[in-house]
Amino acid sequence: MWRYFVPVAVLAVLAAFFYGGLHLNPSRITSPLLGKPMPEFSLPTVRDPAASIGSADLRGQVTLLNAWGTWCVECRHEHAFLLELARSGVPIYGLNLKDDRAAAVAWLDDLGDPYVTSAFDADGRVAIDWGVYGAPETFLIGRDGTVLYKHISPMTPAVWRQDFVPLIERECGSAPCPSLGPQ
Amino acid sequence: MPESRPAMTGRLGALVALVSIVAAVCASAQQPPGQPIPPIDDPALDARYQALIHEVRCLVCENRSIAESPSDVAHDLKKLIHEMVLAGKSDAEIAEFLAARYGDSILYRPPVQPNTWVLWGGPAVLLLLGAFVFVRIVRARAAQPIEEDEPE
Repeated sequence: MWRYFVPVAVLAVLAAFFYGGLHLNPSRITSPLLGKPMPEFSLPTVRDPAASIGSADLRGQVTLLNAWGTWCVECRHEHAFLLELARSGVPIYGLNLKDDRAAAVAWLDDLGDPYVTSAFDADGRVAIDWGVYGAPETFLIGRDGTVLYKHISPMTPAVWRQDFVPLIERECGSAPCPSLGPQ
Repeated sequence: MPESRPAMTGRLGALVALVSIVAAVCASAQQPPGQPIPPIDDPALDARYQALIHEVRCLVCENRSIAESPSDVAHDLKKLIHEMVLAGKSDAEIAEFLAARYGDSILYRPPVQPNTWVLWGGPAVLLLLGAFVFVRIVRARAAQPIEEDEPE
């Protein structure tokens, strides 16, 4: 009996591992920041080098922080949906990465500006603190400044409904909640 | 990229398409490369810097270290590690800094902790299991009486 049981058991264990592995996405990188306080930062804004925007401004509300750049093709794809979210009352802050200031301002003027404010991270150092390695990436930040979620790649209505809305509902509980976006 | 190109058929066409898709995906995550990073004057520090950048995974194009990757984020991380080495940070401090931001998967040799026990211990366990099976089979065979060759 044993001589059959052992190979079958080994095969079953391997099969279970491989089956699980089939459903893993190797490019999915969860952020070690989840559940932790957001990294502190203070940067000039895209539109005004003299004005500043920082982590302190994000606290006290449920917000999105969206990393973008005019060099980022996928950012253009998600832009329309970001505008839609912003119109429905979701506060979105921008983290503009390693961009040309004039090009970034032109982008916002031409395509519409979904951001409450956009931070101008010229050398990408703040982005490293956030573990950003490309754009677009979107973080969900809780009231107390905790990083609740990170989405890599363009934001879509499906991602918003499936991943963001439940977390926002949980974060708000019965307290007044920001808009849950276009429903 | 040319707007239109003659249709290619067969495996070569598929391969070319795949390569260009991968190239486009990688390129979309990139920006123009920054200034080249100069070597560190102190040979000992430079050796540490070189060793470190070969131990850090490039997250944009996987399975390459940031030393080998031409991507922009790899360049930024190299620059940062360069600065940290010059600022006197230890290898452990630099590894911790990166893992706190990008996760343990950025390190080719992640720390030994509960979620990496299988990774670190798995090969040894499999080797021991194999050795156990091997010994059992050899012993079982050795215990068998040697049979006479059957007559033709």
